[in-house]
Amino acid sequence: MNITELFAIAPIISITIVSLIVLLVEALVKRSEGLSYWISVVGLVVTAYFAIATLPLIGTAFNRMVTVGGFGSMFATLFSIAALLTIILSKDYLQKEHANFTEFYLLILFSTLGMMLMASAADLIVIFLGLELMSICLYVLAGFLRKKVLANEASLKYFLLGAFATGFLLYGIALLYGASGTTNISFIVQNSSTLSASPFFWIGLGLLLIGFAFKVGAVPFHMWVPDVYQGSPTTVSGFMATGAKAAAFAAFVLIFLHPQSENSEQVKTVLAVISAASMIVGNIIAISQSNIKRMLAYSSIAHAGYMLAGLAAGNQLGKTGILFYLVTYTFMNIGAFGILSLLEREEDKNLTFDDYAGLGFKRPFLAALMAIFMFSLAGIPPFAGFFGKYYVFVAAINANLTWLAILGVLMSVVSVYYYLRLTVLMYFKEGDMQIEGIISKTSLAVLTIAALIIIQLGVYPSSILNIINNLN
Amino acid sequence: MNFNITDIPLNSYLALSAILFSIGVIGVLTRRNAIVVFMCIELMLNSVNLTLVAFSAFHGNITGQILVFFVMAVAAAEAAVGLAIIIALFRNKMTMNIDEINIMKW
Amino acid sequence: MLVDYIPVGIMIVFGVAFGLFMMKASEWFGPKNPNEIKQSIYESGMEPIRSARERMSIKYYMVAMLFIIFDIEVVFMYPWAVNFRQLGMFGLIEMFIFVAILMAGFVYVWKKGALKWD
Repeated sequence: MNITELFAIAPIISITIVSLIVLLVEALVKRSEGLSYWISVVGLVVTAYFAIATLPLIGTAFNRMVTVGGFGSMFATLFSIAALLTIILSKDYLQKEHANFTEFYLLILFSTLGMMLMASAADLIVIFLGLELMSICLYVLAGFLRKKVLANEASLKYFLLGAFATGFLLYGIALLYGASGTTNISFIVQNSSTLSASPFFWIGLGLLLIGFAFKVGAVPFHMWVPDVYQGSPTTVSGFMATGAKAAAFAAFVLIFLHPQSENSEQVKTVLAVISAASMIVGNIIAISQSNIKRMLAYSSIAHAGYMLAGLAAGNQLGKTGILFYLVTYTFMNIGAFGILSLLEREEDKNLTFDDYAGLGFKRPFLAALMAIFMFSLAGIPPFAGFFGKYYVFVAAINANLTWLAILGVLMSVVSVYYYLRLTVLMYFKEGDMQIEGIISKTSLAVLTIAALIIIQLGVYPSSILNIINNLN
Repeated sequence: MNFNITDIPLNSYLALSAILFSIGVIGVLTRRNAIVVFMCIELMLNSVNLTLVAFSAFHGNITGQILVFFVMAVAAAEAAVGLAIIIALFRNKMTMNIDEINIMKW
Repeated sequence: MLVDYIPVGIMIVFGVAFGLFMMKASEWFGPKNPNEIKQSIYESGMEPIRSARERMSIKYYMVAMLFIIFDIEVVFMYPWAVNFRQLGMFGLIEMFIFVAILMAGFVYVWKKGALKWD
C-alpha cells in the first residue's frame, strides 16, 4: 500500500472520516443536531469534490479489491449529491416530526459509504460488505420515526425481506466462489465461458441475480417496495428510491455489463422478462393508488423495469443509458419526494391525490416544481426523463429486443396517466389543503436546483453523456 | 487420530449446507413469529458459511474463510439491528406475529 | 462405502425404537397417582416461586446486543495476530486504524449511557 492508493479511494476515506466525526460529535457534544447537520453537509461536499477529482484514474487498488476512478467515482459523486439533497430536505421534515436527531445524518452518511463501496467494488466480498452496510443503515432509517406504527412495520418488513434476500445473494457468491476458486469479479467474468460448464456457476449467477433484483425492487421481488416507501420517513423513501437503487444497479452493471463480458442468451432472456414484468406490474398498479407515496413506489418499480431493459440489452449504449437514467432519476425522484415531505403534515396528512387539488393556486411555485418532476418522470420530451428512456430503449432495439422497447414505450404512455393526473388536480380543481407552517428557503432552493438540473440535462443531455462515455 | 477436512467428499458438505439453507427458506416462508423468522434467516447465512468453508478447504485458498469472517460480523450487526426493530414494533403493537403486521395493503 | 454404515443405521433405529417403547410402556403399565407436588416444576429441591416466563429487563438486552457486536470484531484480530511478524509495520498501522474506528463506536455507546446498569 502506498499514498497513491490512499488518494485513489479518497472519496471513501473522506466520507468514513466525516461519519466518524459526526459519531464522536454526537457522543461528546450536547444538542449536537445543528452542528452535525453542518458537518455532514460540508463533508458531503468535500466527498463529492474528491469523487470528481478521482474520475480520471484507472485501475484497481488494495490487492484488486476496489476499482479506482471512472465508474466508481461517477457513482460516488451521484451518491454524495443524493445524500446531500436528502439531508438538506430532511431537516425541515425531521423538525416537523419531532425527530431531529444526529443519528439520522449519521445513518445517511454510513449508508452512502456502503453505496460507494458497492459501486467501486472489484471483488464480490466488497460488494457484499457495501450492500450490507447500506441495507442495515436503511433498515434503521425506515423505522426512524419509532413512535409511528406504520414506520415500525415498514422497518420490520424491509429488514426481514432484505435479510432474506441477502441470504440468497450470499449463497450465490459462495457458489460462484466454488465454481471459480476466487471472488475476483474480472477473473470470473473473463473466464465465464470455461466456468459455465459447472452447474455451480449458473446457480450462483441466478442467486446473485435474485439478490440484486430484490434490492432494485424488480418484479417478482418487489413486494416490499410500496409498504416500505409508504411507511418510511418521506425523505428517506426518496433516498432509498434513488441512492439504494442506483447502488444496486451499479453492482448489476459491474457483473452483468462488465466490459470484458458478453452476456449469454439465457441471462439476456431472464433480464428481459424481469424488466417487462416490472414495467407492466409497476405501471398498472400505480394507476389505482390514492396515496402519492405509494404511487411513487410503484412508479419506482416501473423505472427499475426501464433500466433493466438497458441491462438486458447488454451493450455499451445500454450501459450509458442506465447511467444517464440513474443520474436524472436521482434528481427527479428526490425532488418529488422532497415536495411531498415539505407539504406533509403530522399523522400522514396531505399525502393523497385529493389533498393536492388546487395547489397550483395556493402555492404556485411548489406546484410548478412538482409538475416539472412529474413531467420528467413521465418522460415528456423537454425534460431529462425522456432521454433516459430513449437511450435504454434504443439499446434494447440494437440488441434485438424490439418487443421489450415497444412494451416500454406502451407502458410509458400508461404512466403518463397517473403522473398527469396529479398535475391536472393541482391546476384544474379546487381544494382545501391545509399548508400553514413554514417551508424553509433552503429546501425551496435545493428543489429549484434539482428542477433546473433536470431541464438542463433534458436540453443538453450531452453535458453528462460525454462524461459517461469517457469513463473507463 | 488424523482427520482432514477433505476426507469427506465435497458433495457431502454441499448437500448438508443446501439442506440447511432450504430448511431456513422454508422456515422464513412458513413461520409466523418475527423472531423465529429471523432465526431461520441466520440459519441460511450459516449454511452459506459451511459452503464457503468447504469450498475454501477443497480449493486450497483462504478467500472463502475470510468471507466467512465478514459474514459473521455482518450477521452480528444484522442481529442487533433486527432485534431492536422487533422490540420497537412490539412496544407499539404488542405483537410479534407477522400476520398481524398488515396496516398497509395495495 | 455407504454399505459400511448399515449396521450403524440399524443400531440407531433399534436404539430409538426401544427407548420410545420403554417410555410408553411405563406410561401404560405403571400406576398413576398425581398430586400437586408431583405436578410442580422440579427446581433442584427449591420451591418454585413464580412462573419462569417473565419479562426481562431491557438492560440485559442492551448488554447482550453490545456483547455480540464487540465480541465478533475480535475475530478479525486473530488472523492479524497469527501473521503479526510477516505483516510488520503495515499490519500494526492497519490494526490501529481498525481499533480506532471500533473505539469511535465504543465512545458513542459509552457516552450515550448504554453501558450504565442503573
